[in-house]
Amino acid sequence: MRRILFALPFAAIGAGALAIHLPDPAAPTWSEEDLSLVRSLSLDALPPVPADPSNRVADDPRAAALGRSIFFDTRFSSNGKVACATCHLPDRQFQDDRALSKGVSETSRRAMPIAGMAHSPFLFWDGRKDSFWSQALGPLESAVEHGGDRTQYAHVIGAHYAEAYVEVFGPLPDLDVLPARAGPVADPAAATAWEGMARSDREAVNLVFANVGKAIAAFERTIAPPETRFDLWVASREFPGPGLLTTEEIAGLRVFLGAGGCVNCHGGPLLSDGHFHNTGVPAVPGLPEDRGRETGALLVREDPFNCLGPYSDAQPADCAELRFMVPAGADMLRAFKTPSLRGAASRPPYMHAGQIPDLERVIAHYVAAPEAPAGQSELRPLTLDHTQRHELAAFLGALDPLP
Amino acid sequence: MPNLPTRRAILAGIPLALVATTVSAGLFSQDIPENLDLALRRPTDAHHYTVAIGPVEPEVRIGRMHAWTLALADRRGRPIDTARIAIDGRMPQHGHGLPSAPAVTQALGDGQFLIEGMKFNMHGWWEIDLAIDGPAGADTVSFNLVL
Ligand code: HEC
Ligand code: HEC
Ligand SMILES: [Cu+2]
Repeated sequence: MRRILFALPFAAIGAGALAIHLPDPAAPTWSEEDLSLVRSLSLDALPPVPADPSNRVADDPRAAALGRSIFFDTRFSSNGKVACATCHLPDRQFQDDRALSKGVSETSRRAMPIAGMAHSPFLFWDGRKDSFWSQALGPLESAVEHGGDRTQYAHVIGAHYAEAYVEVFGPLPDLDVLPARAGPVADPAAATAWEGMARSDREAVNLVFANVGKAIAAFERTIAPPETRFDLWVASREFPGPGLLTTEEIAGLRVFLGAGGCVNCHGGPLLSDGHFHNTGVPAVPGLPEDRGRETGALLVREDPFNCLGPYSDAQPADCAELRFMVPAGADMLRAFKTPSLRGAASRPPYMHAGQIPDLERVIAHYVAAPEAPAGQSELRPLTLDHTQRHELAAFLGALDPLP
Repeated sequence: MPNLPTRRAILAGIPLALVATTVSAGLFSQDIPENLDLALRRPTDAHHYTVAIGPVEPEVRIGRMHAWTLALADRRGRPIDTARIAIDGRMPQHGHGLPSAPAVTQALGDGQFLIEGMKFNMHGWWEIDLAIDGPAGADTVSFNLVL
């Protein structure tokens, strides 16, 4: 596909090429440094999905096939109506177009797209999980998302996925002795039943639960960010001149790199640094207080399903991100994970609770750099005129997946 | 020996000549001070020690955790093997710190120490601040990096 796109202008120009390629005095100048920075944003700069030593089946296609089935299976919920795909719709960039998501009840944050996040050391807006497999366990036990519990899910595996499970992970524990519904969840009956179980039974169930996460993770690792017009343009012959990107979009890219300072946080091929920043996004009245990464940093350390925990397949040396993570300090208060801007233009509303309805107002937010509702915003007000704001929004549009 | 562009080039993994001629003309780096001292070997602030630091792998990739080594010597250049060393860092123009909390995890002998957990999440000007508590007392030193 890419080859064909480039070949067209190449062949058509012929003898006129020299005249056409004389430098245009009005064309923007690019330093070599700028050009290499732009190339570093392209999908071609994305390395292969990194290994996940904490998940020994991370790259096992049988695990991915099992995980894919579970991702779409509503039996993994308290009401039989919720699957991962309820909020992560494959034909909607694995998100749901809502400010807050609807599972068994309503979440207090916005659903996040999944593509490319195998590269992200921490997951969720507050980074309270350090792997895809550990992340997947969160919504399964959340009272507002899937609403179920660990023994329920072990029974679903036993009843509907035993063969595939055993093939990937080995024998299942004796499920008949387990309560129908038990787990360390908000539901009081299930929580009491869990407390009443023998320690060895709880550990056996935890292992099945962790393995459900590991299968889902193997599937999610195959979800790659789709190619965009921007990526094709960077690889094209006319780069950095107009062609697959318009003059306006290219001007917007220059704002992104220069006056807007967006590339500082939205850098690299995913247009995210994977880190946490307080950008002064307003709190939503009526929702519980959200302290962002400050809380997330505490939770990930304590999580029994983290890289250093008993259900991880990693050696401590493999867990550098967790061992050397920034502790929960004041600068992490209301810091949230930088989202990828790939495909962002076509998935409003924006920010961790869908606070900002459209790109125009996202850009206005960055220009104004309002004070944070708690903690310190890292943003400084920008001077961007009307044209530059339009150009910036136009550039973000070029980061949408190709139709 | 053009020390400044060499450091820039090594750390960013960009071919040397390109960076050396165009670094201040870029859209992105135009605000980085021109005259930063990019030496990665220097005396500490109170001149108790000499410290040299550098990445274990010459190419540093943004966003990737990696290790550095630190060489510590007294003011006469003799290696020091026992010291408490704390590492911090920040981007002076962005008002934020490192995205990780690196630490010295091993004394390798002959005045060398291993620093694990280094990470940079942005291009631009970084400052690395070390606090060293060794036989000659407590001292500090800062290094500049441009990625
Ligand atoms: C009710 C809606 C809902 C369901 C069901 C749901 N999610 Fe999510 N998902 C969300 C929301 C909301 C967030 C952000 C929550 C937060 O940060 O606290 C999220 C975040 C994530 C992330 C983090 C992405 C990132 O960039 O950090 C992943 C991965 C993910 N979900 C996968 C799953 C999987 C796998 C399942 C099924 C086991 C699932 N989700 C079920 C709503 C949902
Ligand atoms: C200091 C780091 C930082 C800078 C600089 C920055 N962003 Fe962001 N961006 C973030 C973070 C963090 C979020 C999520 C904030 C939240 O939800 O509270 C975000 C969210 C966004 C979103 C919403 C994406 C989504 O899926 O909800 C868009 C769009 C966006 N930024 C565009 C920009 C543009 C355009 C610029 C430059 C004008 C910019 N950003 C500069 C860190 C930054
Ligand atoms: Cu910065």
